[in-house]
Amino acid sequence: MPLTETGPDSKIEYLSILNEDGELDKELAPQFTDDLLLKGYRTMLLARRFDERRLKLQRSGRIGTFAPVNGQEAAQVGTISALREDDWFVPSYRETAANFWRGTNPADMLVFDAGYNEGIVIPEGARNLPNSVPVGTQMLQAAGIAYAARLEGTGEVAMTYFGDGATSQGDFHEALNFASVFDCPVVFVCQNNQYAISVPRARQTRSQTLAQKALAYGMDGIQVDGNDIFACFAAADDAVRRARETFRPTLIECVTYRLEMHTTADDPSRYRDEEEVEKWEKRDPIERFGSLLRERGLLDDGSLEDMEAKIAETIDAAWDEAEKRIEKAEGVSAIFDHILEQETHEQVRQKQQMSDGLGGVSGYG
Amino acid sequence: MAELTMVEAINLALRQEMEQDEKVVILGEDVGWDGGIFRVTEGLVEQFGEDRVIDTPLAESGILGFSIGMAIHGMKPVPEMQFSGFSYLGFHQIESHASRLRWRSQGRFTVPMTVRMPYGGGVRALEHHSESREVFYAHMPGLKFVVPSGPRNARALLVAAIRDPDPVVFFEPKKSYRAFREEVPDEDEPAEIGPASIVRPGDGLTMVAWGSMLPATLEAAERIAEEEGAEPEVIDVTTLAPLDYGTVAGSVKKTGRCVVVQEAPLTYGPAGEIAARLQEEAFLRLKAPVARVAGPDVHMPYFAREKSYLPGAERIIQASRAALHY
Ligand SMILES: Cc1ncc(C[n+]2csc(CCOP(=O)(O)OP(=O)(O)O)c2C)c(N)n1
Repeated sequence: MPLTETGPDSKIEYLSILNEDGELDKELAPQFTDDLLLKGYRTMLLARRFDERRLKLQRSGRIGTFAPVNGQEAAQVGTISALREDDWFVPSYRETAANFWRGTNPADMLVFDAGYNEGIVIPEGARNLPNSVPVGTQMLQAAGIAYAARLEGTGEVAMTYFGDGATSQGDFHEALNFASVFDCPVVFVCQNNQYAISVPRARQTRSQTLAQKALAYGMDGIQVDGNDIFACFAAADDAVRRARETFRPTLIECVTYRLEMHTTADDPSRYRDEEEVEKWEKRDPIERFGSLLRERGLLDDGSLEDMEAKIAETIDAAWDEAEKRIEKAEGVSAIFDHILEQETHEQVRQKQQMSDGLGGVSGYG
Repeated sequence: MAELTMVEAINLALRQEMEQDEKVVILGEDVGWDGGIFRVTEGLVEQFGEDRVIDTPLAESGILGFSIGMAIHGMKPVPEMQFSGFSYLGFHQIESHASRLRWRSQGRFTVPMTVRMPYGGGVRALEHHSESREVFYAHMPGLKFVVPSGPRNARALLVAAIRDPDPVVFFEPKKSYRAFREEVPDEDEPAEIGPASIVRPGDGLTMVAWGSMLPATLEAAERIAEEEGAEPEVIDVTTLAPLDYGTVAGSVKKTGRCVVVQEAPLTYGPAGEIAARLQEEAFLRLKAPVARVAGPDVHMPYFAREKSYLPGAERIIQASRAALHY
């Protein structure tokens, strides 16, 4: 019997539109209004400055641990901006920039970071799911949402976010498989930031790319320069269109880098060297985008200063508001909220006992 | 009214709910053309099509996570785990997402899904096919956990579970699937998730059981009544979360004695929880310590020895006598 070939006929493409020197590939570049370009830039800058403030707040004990987005702003804003408002956003825990694009209020986020569920306020009408912490698990929900949307003929698409480490989880594979078998209009956005806490990408998989995993499930996969907002948008826009028109899912791998620590509980100097970080700092997605905007005359020193000042004001106001809400968040009864539609007898009893200042939640009769 | 087995009664509940609410969908391994390996979903794909009775890839986490997504979007999925012993491959989807989504989204999103799974021993099955681990699910806030004991309440409770706005885990005692028939009304029968029911009134001793343990407990109760001259009151706990402590405590205040029967291993099981609560609510009325009849703290043995593991009428009678003569 002769040896013949079989298998997928596609190759993984790598897309880059705005290179490291700020040069744009005019043929591939998507067209945007000036306003939209500036909105994208502002959202990225807000996320970066917000993290800087959060780091100070965390170090002074005002808020808890969080996962900085620093370095991944283009991957997030580029992809999320391809969605319509009525589409679904199914995030992991690092999607600060994408959340801002989707209307999440910075003050709410700070109340959440300070440890209060009340900070989870999903903007009116937005189909934003709350952060998912167990790595990889949320992708299946995105596939299920997309499946229901197709059945109900609503034309909605779901977009879900995760890291390179998540691609090792069984749920990642189950999600891609379900999405493809059942024609789910879902876009899987992998932010390959090179590390899962301390473990480098090379320790997650021997696959040449993460995007190629799509081929095994019979769907399209593409790798993009994740620090290039145009490439991220173009790939996502294409994937969203395909999802809307043909219900086929897509896996997008955004090759990017986490410039900060994994979370505030982590010390990256233990597992990566400064040289590597410096190399990636030269590819900073905000600076790259900024230089294009300057070249186009949309940004200059003066207007950037204005923008920075407004962002600082926004963040100051958010923290003022958050502090007030945190001060008022007293009493234990809130911990019983939203567990089930109707509180159980037992919850009512336990809430009463705790409000009465009893130590435990059970005791004598 | 027809005399149905539990399998037929559950099938009836699924069919009627699917007929009257097109948001109800079934998904799982072999639930479609095969009708489920226990035939619980028999005939449904023929009637409702492959979009509503979905044969999925073999992936428990996939089935549950996908269902959660559908539920978030407003559907009412009824996923099936082929055996409760395999639900652990998707356990994290129930714990991390289904039970928490309402809370985690401050009430914005809910997960109205019903996860059905056969549980328990007594059918001489393979390893992983026979265990009873109800405490895993009963221990989880944000989840309701129902265990019917016969065809009639299985049908009524499954309907209630499917209509419930919150996630429900529905344990089906596979030993009782075809063991006996009961009259099941054709039309809807309202049931409430939560309340336990007194299935045999009495005043000499309270016996508490659920699911697969109910038939043996009722058998033991008859023998105790004959041989000891004390009338046991038997309570069927059809819901383990939220648990109806009131009915059990009320009965024990009257009888002063209690035997709780569970198929699960003894340690940390629901019987321990019930005993602790009785100790708080009826301490001065107790005339004997609360007795627990349970499986030993071992894995369910391979089938040749499963009978020695499973609590049966003899062990229940022994514990009841001890409680009566304390
Ligand atoms: C199921 C699960 N296991 C372990 C963890 C602990 N943990 C949190 S983040 C993380 C690394 C995730 O890396 P990756 O998927 O690459 O995403 P990134 O944090 O880099 O964005 C780990 C191990 C978790 N949250 N969930």
